[in-house]
Amino acid sequence: MAEHAVVIGAGIVGAACAASLARLGHRVTVIEAGPVGGGATAAGMGHLVVMDDSPAQLALTSRSLELWAELAPRLPVAADYRTCGTLWVASDAEELAGILPKQAAYRTAGRAAGVLDAAELARIEPELRGGLCGGLRVPGDGVVYAPVAARFLLEHSGAALVRARVVNLAERKVRLDNGQTLAAEWVVVAGGAGASELLPDLPLRSRQGHLLITERGGPQVRHQLIELGYLKSAHASDADSVAFNVQPRPSGQLLIGSSRQFGRVSKEPDWPLLRRMLARAADYLPGLRRASALRIWTGQRSATPDHLPIIGPHPDRPGIYLALGHEGLGITAALGTAEVLAADLGGPASPLSAHDFGLRRFERQAVHA
Amino acid sequence: MPELVLTVEGQPLRVPAGISVLAALQGAAHWSLRRSLSGQRRGALCGMGTCFECRARVDGVLVRTCLIPVQPGMTVELLE
Amino acid sequence: MTALETDLLIIGAGPAGLSAALSAAQGGAAVLLADLGPGPGGQIWRGAKASDGGESGTLLRGVQRQPNITALYGAQVALSERGPQGGHAVQFSTPQGPRRVLAQKIILASGATERFLPFPGWTLPGVVGAGGLQAMVKSGLDVRGARVLVAGSGPLLLAVAAGMRAAGAEVVGVAEQASPTRLLGFGLAAQRGGKVGEAAKLLWALRGVPYWPATYPVEASGGERLTQVELGGLTRRTLECDWLAAGFGLVPDTRLAALFGCALEGGAVKVGAWQQTSQPGIYAAGELTGIGGVDKARLEGSMAGYTATGQVERLRDLPTQLEQARHFQASLSRSFALRPSLRTLPAAGTLICRCEDVPHAALQACPSWTEAKLQTRCGMGTCQGRVCGPAAETLYGWTFTGVRPPLLPLPLADLLGE
Repeated sequence: MAEHAVVIGAGIVGAACAASLARLGHRVTVIEAGPVGGGATAAGMGHLVVMDDSPAQLALTSRSLELWAELAPRLPVAADYRTCGTLWVASDAEELAGILPKQAAYRTAGRAAGVLDAAELARIEPELRGGLCGGLRVPGDGVVYAPVAARFLLEHSGAALVRARVVNLAERKVRLDNGQTLAAEWVVVAGGAGASELLPDLPLRSRQGHLLITERGGPQVRHQLIELGYLKSAHASDADSVAFNVQPRPSGQLLIGSSRQFGRVSKEPDWPLLRRMLARAADYLPGLRRASALRIWTGQRSATPDHLPIIGPHPDRPGIYLALGHEGLGITAALGTAEVLAADLGGPASPLSAHDFGLRRFERQAVHA
Repeated sequence: MPELVLTVEGQPLRVPAGISVLAALQGAAHWSLRRSLSGQRRGALCGMGTCFECRARVDGVLVRTCLIPVQPGMTVELLE
Repeated sequence: MTALETDLLIIGAGPAGLSAALSAAQGGAAVLLADLGPGPGGQIWRGAKASDGGESGTLLRGVQRQPNITALYGAQVALSERGPQGGHAVQFSTPQGPRRVLAQKIILASGATERFLPFPGWTLPGVVGAGGLQAMVKSGLDVRGARVLVAGSGPLLLAVAAGMRAAGAEVVGVAEQASPTRLLGFGLAAQRGGKVGEAAKLLWALRGVPYWPATYPVEASGGERLTQVELGGLTRRTLECDWLAAGFGLVPDTRLAALFGCALEGGAVKVGAWQQTSQPGIYAAGELTGIGGVDKARLEGSMAGYTATGQVERLRDLPTQLEQARHFQASLSRSFALRPSLRTLPAAGTLICRCEDVPHAALQACPSWTEAKLQTRCGMGTCQGRVCGPAAETLYGWTFTGVRPPLLPLPLADLLGE
């Protein structure tokens, strides 16, 4: 039976959810105060990457990449979808030792992953500095320009877009700042970092990141390059951290990341941290020093304590569903997230339903901790 | 007026001292300074450092030629 | 990278910046005066020398006599961060590499840029700004014997046409988009503002040059460069020419102020009665607070220079003089308001963003500047929206937002401070 669903947020996750619900035959209204795909969707890199931090993350990201590959032929050219692959780079013996288990994990998820020795690494990415130990090449990973993808998903879903801000969330009712109240069987909150204003009790924290895009004409790389120490530095602690993460854009520009910082809200760059981030990138890619910075910006990742998103019904709020807290993986995981959500709302079963993305898991984790 | 010599696209070019590199290029009929993304010819537009259309490599560095005075021995390479 | 330290950093060495430097230095403060051009003068006094007669020469001699003013030319602000002992650490790009300036207070005097409006063919080499062609000629472009058509809007057009004629060009005509009745209003205001002498001089210099009101370029064409221009509006004709100098008024250059977080209002930097911006210790003077010409710029510069250095006793009748200068300016913007039909000049395929080659048709579908940037890359290229931003404001009614550092493409080595 067709129901009315309201999706709050027209970022990549909200757009993907709207598209999935509309495909089930539901009537969908998307609420967005800002531009479509203008929040974390625009601030992020648009890296489509399989990550193996946990079995659930591996399942979600690898399934999502299958869904991206299915969607790709229909995406507009401006969505810049490419399967450039990810190259995980090992700089020392410890990181090199992590390659084989990582390769094994990817293979269990059905994702190809090839080990490279130092010479092969230098051959396929000659801009990398000498002295690196090797790498893991994941050819099915890719990149996408997410604001265009979000708009495409939204426009082709047939969902209605209402430009407004949600001021109140009640049972099966959404009140907007334009005075309108929408009744809906289901309300899906896909508001990224903004969701905390509507549901302050969610276990979300904003984690700021910096990105820099270069002008065309700098050094060229073929793969998205990440240091294998990425997860170590990304999730090790609450301290500010940087990691080498460089992406070739189809335009010939490079996106340079990454940094992680809790509790910083200023949109201005944190210059000392940015310099640390760039110094790390230039350490791996010395030619970057010759590249020109075109723009630098910051963005907020909405993170949960276990770095996995929250997907599914709100346990205490009937009719409210959550699709948020993706940290740095919202673009990668958007399509898998929408599949999990749709399975909850009358859609076909998802292979991901075997994993626990529900809000309740944090209570259980607290008990066991 | 004193003159000086610079090298533009490998050719020596004698120009009055004190003029901009852009004026030197225009004096040698280099009206088109770069190709746009879609391949169109582009020349200088604003003359004051705003539009970045007049960029060229001067002594290896990408600069806005309208902002740089000519110097003896300068080497200018067009992006075109 | 070693840092230069100063009490007061003044960014922009046009009439406002020079006046500010002189006023501030009189109180004994150490002043650093920076400009992206190769020398002082800004756009209006480009190439000015201390030996010149008139206001510019007097001001330059005054600035030269102050030992506590240091000048830094060829320097453009790339970024700014908090200084190690408070204040600001401003990084400049110069042809000699990056320079870092530590300043307690800052006066922004970044002036204005020209508004370019797109029409079919406007991207051809040979189609330039009106102020743009004037700047190129002052920097050494030889236009002797060249045919120049001047078009667009504003009092600048006449000055440019006269300048081109003086430089030996054949001015084939001046097309002003404003209607004759509005221009009459400007003439009356000029009389009241004591500008009759200037206007008479310009008209005499331009005797014999056709002047077409309510007329504007509708298409430029040529092969490798411009050969002809079609005019539309009140006077419709096609003219052969070598240069089309087209400028549709001036736009306050607010990017620098936006980088420092200063509040803007109506497209200009918002300032208080003493030229202070919304950011403590940062002042603004000249065209970036609202297009107003040399007199307003000089007065605001003096005011900012005195207030930034605590010399309030020297302000005297500056506020009254400023009031008059601003009043004249209000009539100027009414007289040269852009006619709505200019919005219909671009064809579907006419490029609006010259850096990323984004056509009009792609932008018409967008509801805002931010959405256009995200969906089409408009304004995301090398000039960062300096050209297409003001054009889009006129064409689509968008407000330009989102200035991001650095203010110009910056080598990563410079950013790293290596």
